Amino acid sequence: MRAFARLLDRLSLTQGRNAKLTLVRDFLRATPDPDRGWALAALTGELSFAAAKPAAIRAAIETRVDPLLFRWSYDFVGDLAETVALVWPPAPGANREPELSEVVDGLRGAQRSQAPRMIEGWLDALDADGRWALLKLLTGGLRVGLSSRLAKQAAAELGGRKVAEIEEVWHALDPPYEDLFAWLEDRADKPSSAAPGRFRPVMLAQALDADVDLGRLDPGDYAAEWKWDGVRVQAVSERGQRRLWSRTGEDVSAAFPDVVAALDFFEGAIDGELLVMREGRAGPFGDLQQRLNRKTSDARLMAAHPAGIRAYDLLVDGQEDVRHLPFRERRARLEALVSDVRTPRIDLSPILPFATWAELAALRADPPDGDPAQAEGLMLKRWDSIYEAGRPRGPWFKWKRDPRLIDAVLMYAQRGHGKRSSFYSDYTFGVWREDEAGEPSLTPVGKAYFGFTDEELKALDRFVRDHTTDRFGPVRQVRADRDFGLVLEVAFEGLQRSTRHKSGVAMRFPRINRIRWDKPAREADELATLEAMLAPR
Amino acid sequence: MIRPESLICPRPAGLYCPPGDFYIDPVRPVARAVITHGHSDHARAGHESVAATPETLAIMAARYGEGFAGSSRPLAYGETIARDGVEVTLVPAGHVLGSAQVVVRRKGLTIAVSGDYKRRRDPTCPAFEPAPCDVFITEATFGLPVFRHPDDGGEVRKLLRSVAQFPERTHVVGAYALGKAQRLIALLREAGWDRPIYVHGAFERLNALYARFGVDLGPLAPATSEATRDTFAGQIVIAPPGALADRWARRFADPVSAFASGWMRVRARARQRGVELPLIISDHADWDELTATLAELAPGEVWITHGREEALARWAELSGLSARALAMVGYEEED
Repeated sequence: MRAFARLLDRLSLTQGRNAKLTLVRDFLRATPDPDRGWALAALTGELSFAAAKPAAIRAAIETRVDPLLFRWSYDFVGDLAETVALVWPPAPGANREPELSEVVDGLRGAQRSQAPRMIEGWLDALDADGRWALLKLLTGGLRVGLSSRLAKQAAAELGGRKVAEIEEVWHALDPPYEDLFAWLEDRADKPSSAAPGRFRPVMLAQALDADVDLGRLDPGDYAAEWKWDGVRVQAVSERGQRRLWSRTGEDVSAAFPDVVAALDFFEGAIDGELLVMREGRAGPFGDLQQRLNRKTSDARLMAAHPAGIRAYDLLVDGQEDVRHLPFRERRARLEALVSDVRTPRIDLSPILPFATWAELAALRADPPDGDPAQAEGLMLKRWDSIYEAGRPRGPWFKWKRDPRLIDAVLMYAQRGHGKRSSFYSDYTFGVWREDEAGEPSLTPVGKAYFGFTDEELKALDRFVRDHTTDRFGPVRQVRADRDFGLVLEVAFEGLQRSTRHKSGVAMRFPRINRIRWDKPAREADELATLEAMLAPR
Repeated sequence: MIRPESLICPRPAGLYCPPGDFYIDPVRPVARAVITHGHSDHARAGHESVAATPETLAIMAARYGEGFAGSSRPLAYGETIARDGVEVTLVPAGHVLGSAQVVVRRKGLTIAVSGDYKRRRDPTCPAFEPAPCDVFITEATFGLPVFRHPDDGGEVRKLLRSVAQFPERTHVVGAYALGKAQRLIALLREAGWDRPIYVHGAFERLNALYARFGVDLGPLAPATSEATRDTFAGQIVIAPPGALADRWARRFADPVSAFASGWMRVRARARQRGVELPLIISDHADWDELTATLAELAPGEVWITHGREEALARWAELSGLSARALAMVGYEEED
């Protein structure tokens, strides 16, 4: 438990991806089975107990600490689990610290009524960090800023493997994953992945550099499709097992029972785009967002935002794995499969006819009305490409639309982390709108922390330090008014309505495209310009 | 016995002793001051006369120049000066080099003023000595039960483990210039770290002063910008807490920002400062030390100068001690 607690403690304050990988990989290397397996299960969200309710933990602490002292402590710390971990009084003569596996075994075997006493015994035996880790484990959701994929990546690095190899077998495995570690450490063969309904690691596209790539590619070798603005999913229906997987292998079936129910027409695995679909038309990304990141879905939400799949590839046809076949053949099989379907929840992503790159470029620049107008750009797939996990160079390209641009004024800057901890590198920018008094004032519309060179970062940092008007912890407010301010040309991929932002709009992938040292702040864009972009193109 | 308030009473400038006509740690210039320790919120320049330990006087001279007061009276630990029927003795407080409690006696009444103190071992200064007293005037910087500082050896091992785990990065540890920086260096030496420790220029004078008073800090090197980034990879650099957010820190390759402070016990505090590696090392008594000291001394009355007074007063009340919060202003919460 101590090593796991240390790991969570460090992860919770570490920002860098590489540093997180190092922390998890070193932990998995140094910790024996089965503790490391239970830890991996906890980090990937596969382990959850409903053993301890916050109210029960609060009750336990109030028998040990004066309620007034506890309340003052909670006010100061602001987080219940952390407060309890810190104020829990040392218990003389407590048992030795439990290992993670003892906690898991104990809770799995426990009668519900025994759980509180067991938990109190562990809290007595652990130190403050251990108590914090235990309480996070018990109350669900570690929230230490580590994605499930990154945890799997760290495990893969342990054995010098690719993360896709782990994803391929992951859903056939059960914690504490001793067979997985045995394979990663070359002590056993790769675990079997034959479970029906499982996830297959996805094939990804490279970004197209049009100036370089098009000149050496033959348009006759490639199929073109719209790049739909939804979420990539894999829909699997095998021997009665029907699942919907995200592109990183997260099971998202529970949030989309309407889509899963519609998978009864086939046997196999389809690759496609998850979209909100109304009478064959794709809704904007914001519609789909209403349904993402939910554990369940209610009838009202499903009726208002019906989801479906726009299919573009076939990985398994019946019992046959077709990933080794060329795209041309997979596509033909997909068309045969989907063309017979009666459900409005599945349709086919059309192949776009074109003869020359110039013709395709024109289509990309000016897509026809309807769904294509909302697409993020184009996908290019070699007709002869096999379906290969990862991001191989050459067979598939994504050719996004040119980003939207807007001139905004820098309003706040926040210090970065790690290499950037001495730089103000995260920028909040705003555009003009009329305030209640009818005066133009800036309203924040987004935040960006990349898109600039190291030299530009230095210059931006200097500007922030020289023009600070206020400070809030790590954030500085900079001078930004009609007569003075720094204009940033911001590029972004799309715009959505947002009730969480004061301006009412939220950008996707905003980044600093150019610093407009030359442009007066008063000439930056107005909110109305952004609002006009909200209408479908 | 005389009333305690007639011997020591809180005034806006600090704790005042009317019969002896002196202040303890006054926050503005006064005629006569007794100074508990050299931190700038307690030891200010501009008093007419100052009594303090020789170490504290040296620290004040290093910080403010030789003319920091009209006159100064060195008072060694255990030595007593008596005037107008008031006896003043300085007793080790264990906070930083030269730190002292001020024990004031008159007509059979003893009041001990703790100043800032801690109870655990510190290789850079003598340990706190409990002084029997009728009234104990204590600080309460960490006067909440959430503050239980772990063993400092464990925190130093945490730092060394991270250095071993990330040998390509520079570990930059924020630490206050007086006391914490030198204690951290001494603890690193005890843990076997014998490589040069790189220090920010702001520490040089105080490090030299500690060495003069016999505190061995081992090989130190300036963290100058002339050195290349490679010089600092895998090294430990100690700097004032604000320096990491400063342009100064750009000389280091991919720094791990650490901070040695009792406040690091609370994660939100670490997150707020962008600290990646919090080291819970404090020069103040934690909750257990504060309460254990009150229980050990069992004074007739406890007065609490600054910090989280209400919580410590609550504990004293629950433990049957008479306690009173003075809510003194002007003392910072740096650690």
